[in-house]
Amino acid sequence: MKKNIFKSLFENTYLFLMFLFLYFPIVMLMIFSFNSVKSTSNWEGFSLRWYEQMFSDDALLEAFANTITIGILAAVISCIIGTAAAIGIQGYRSKKAKGLINALTNLPMVSSELVMGVSMMILFLYVKIPLGYATLLMSHITFCVPYVIVSVLPKLVQLDTGLYEAALDLGAKPFYAFRKVVIPEIKPGVISGLLISFTLSIDDFVISFFTTGNGVSNLSIYIYSSVRRGVNPMYNALSTIMFVLVALLLFMINKRSGNKNNAPSIIP
Amino acid sequence: MYKKSLSYPHLVWMVAFVIVPMFLIFLYAFTSNTTDGNISFTFDNFKKCIDPMYLKIYANSIWIAFLSVVFCLILGYPAAKILADKDRRRMAAGKKASGLMMLFVMPMWMNVMLRLYSWLTILQPNGVLNSFLGILNLPEIDIMYTRTAVVLGTVYDFIPFMIMPIYSVLIKIDDSLIEAAEDLGANKSRVFLKVILPLSLPGIVSGITMVFLPALTSFYISDFFSGGQFMLIGNLIEKNFKNPVGRNFGSSLSIILMGFAFLSMHIMKLFNKSNRQMDMF
Amino acid sequence: MAKHLIELTGLCKTFDDNEVLKDINLYINENEFLTLLGPSGCGKSTLLRIIAGFETPTSGTVSFEGKDLSGVPAYERKVNTVFQRYALFPHLDVFDNIAFGLNIKKLPKKEIEQKVRKVLELVNLKGFENRTISSLSGGQQQRIAIARAIVNEPKVLLLDEPLAALDLKLRQGMQLELKNMQRELGITFIYVTHDQEEALTMSDTVVVMKEGTIQQIGTPTDIYNEPKNAYVADFIGESNIIDGIMKKDCLVNILDTDFECVDTGFSENEDVDVVIRPEDIYILEPDKGKIPGTVESVIFKGVHYEMVIDTGSFKWLVHDTAKYEVGSQVSLFVKPFDIHIMKKS
Repeated sequence: MKKNIFKSLFENTYLFLMFLFLYFPIVMLMIFSFNSVKSTSNWEGFSLRWYEQMFSDDALLEAFANTITIGILAAVISCIIGTAAAIGIQGYRSKKAKGLINALTNLPMVSSELVMGVSMMILFLYVKIPLGYATLLMSHITFCVPYVIVSVLPKLVQLDTGLYEAALDLGAKPFYAFRKVVIPEIKPGVISGLLISFTLSIDDFVISFFTTGNGVSNLSIYIYSSVRRGVNPMYNALSTIMFVLVALLLFMINKRSGNKNNAPSIIP
Repeated sequence: MYKKSLSYPHLVWMVAFVIVPMFLIFLYAFTSNTTDGNISFTFDNFKKCIDPMYLKIYANSIWIAFLSVVFCLILGYPAAKILADKDRRRMAAGKKASGLMMLFVMPMWMNVMLRLYSWLTILQPNGVLNSFLGILNLPEIDIMYTRTAVVLGTVYDFIPFMIMPIYSVLIKIDDSLIEAAEDLGANKSRVFLKVILPLSLPGIVSGITMVFLPALTSFYISDFFSGGQFMLIGNLIEKNFKNPVGRNFGSSLSIILMGFAFLSMHIMKLFNKSNRQMDMF
Repeated sequence: MAKHLIELTGLCKTFDDNEVLKDINLYINENEFLTLLGPSGCGKSTLLRIIAGFETPTSGTVSFEGKDLSGVPAYERKVNTVFQRYALFPHLDVFDNIAFGLNIKKLPKKEIEQKVRKVLELVNLKGFENRTISSLSGGQQQRIAIARAIVNEPKVLLLDEPLAALDLKLRQGMQLELKNMQRELGITFIYVTHDQEEALTMSDTVVVMKEGTIQQIGTPTDIYNEPKNAYVADFIGESNIIDGIMKKDCLVNILDTDFECVDTGFSENEDVDVVIRPEDIYILEPDKGKIPGTVESVIFKGVHYEMVIDTGSFKWLVHDTAKYEVGSQVSLFVKPFDIHIMKKS
């Protein structure tokens, strides 16, 4: 018994230290976002001045707006392409064709972000599409679609085709049957795909770094280029807002998956 | 209901934005940079890759990625094991998993730049770390702009990728296998060495691949923590692509990187397969 | 008198607020084939796991050869287990699975090889040394699981529903083999099952359990012929269980009819449970038996017919080799020693 207490003490201490390693920097960052002076290590008093400053920085606000709009657009477009693709993939009977499509779908997930980024940049330069908002959006859609497919496909596999046939048998036209029977069944997968895409999009740095240009930037790129000029509590304020936003999103994804220990399935 | 044509937009998109770009990379890698638009075939870009100056960069990258993998594994395995044990006990008692795992992977979803920035505020010479040490009257340490800082940043960024696959393998190990080993006379440490560790090997292997390859190419980490002092293969590719003259060379570097990634995945797969058939421990 | 190898005294086990075992007292002899029989959730598996050392009892003791086992971890106990779903190590081949325990004991390589070969012969899987676990069929995996346990020459082999995952045909074959193996090896088997037929076929002693308590301990014949209460009777085989009143010694009133029986020692007019096996009831022509009735249904069961006879206030389950048409009038008769009287529980 004594040994057990010692063991669980060790285990809990270890986990605590790991949590500390993971969260200490984030917590510090949040605390100093409320600091009244321009220091990220000496606490001088509470203030919201960095939040105010953040909201009056036009470049930052623009980057923030770009991140959010690209996140939403990329999520919605990849959801449409991805869901349609998942349904289409189910239609292939030959193993070979299925394997080929799967390989194609998985390629962006397994290949290096860096290679994805530079190769898309080369493509845009080659076909002379000016780098900017449009190319940024296209590249985000490219890495999001596979995740949508991966979250919708299992739902389709589970779906009993008998349901759809039963609806037809009862006199429903194909589109009506699809809308009333299939859509409700795969909806959870589609929504997870939507949320995952949004999160991936607002988190991305590497691919965005190569596929944007002409002064269009998102948050990651904005921070990357400004932090080189030194730390500023304004970024702490920005981080705090982003952390809260992402934590809420994650909470929603987790709630949706019903805590069936689905966490691993939403990891890139 | 399952109309094949529904998948066409996706297929066209993937060909246009993944396959064609890859093809272009190959095209660039095997051609020379000409200003008049003429394309001429050449191996020069690859010859340039084996310049000793670059070989040193590769060695440095591999060393940093290797250190990062080792630290991720040493720190991550016990964490995954403890978490999996806790959740297995809960599930055996008919309860849901604790959700602690979710907390472990959560930082992974925070914007990568903000995550790294948070360490910057701690590690910089007048940062949180040194003000703590100051309060405790300990000497200041300055690891910013060193290899240690780059490894620390890489470990922080990628450790969830190590914990997660190991956890998912450990959580699936059948309790009765552990009991069977005990029944046959194995004490706790033998159960671990002879049953749990070999069974969790696939998780370790996928953790290593998930950390090693990104660690090789995460140029932004070395930018952040070494101020560009440490050129890694990722930085080399980034610099060459950002400069119009360097794109052919950059493409050949990317191909070498892809080849390396493919090779290491293949080795891991082989290693994983052969291990199923023999007891290595 | 046989030697008590294992003794369980006052064993209780609670999970959270759930009492799984309530004051279990039981001894197990050397070379005995003992079966713990009961429906799922009766605590039989928990009892086995306590003996193996995977669970610690809330109170009570397990002693082995006279020594208290509490505090002795599973890996130091001289018992081995055959697990329900075999629990073969997927990362090891057949040889290494079987050699697992021997390797831990650090036996010389030659000896290990010899023992593994011998035990593989015993389970009829000669030459399977280098096969992977996933390439084996369910029945073969079952044999390897048994081989892996008995190669350690345990004093006691614990088997947790080892045949539950096999199909009927294979199961019947394995029952015989297990019984033979037990005789050959001369070791004690403690066998857990919910299948009464399995229990009756293989065991020297059957322990019938219900909700964490022992209902009856006895030989298969005892349990079948002299069930202690209606629960055991019902669990052991299909039975007619009827409310009766004991008129006096050797006379019981069932459904307003007096029947002669052989039971004594009940008080006058005591309410009792009367158990009559379906194969002990004779179907006679309408006036020749004791109770008249109508045939309600007939199902052919291969050797005999299973019939339900409605006598107005009770529907009797009767087995007979002769067939009576549905709707025909019959009467029922039971011999006195086939009537089992039990105290109301």
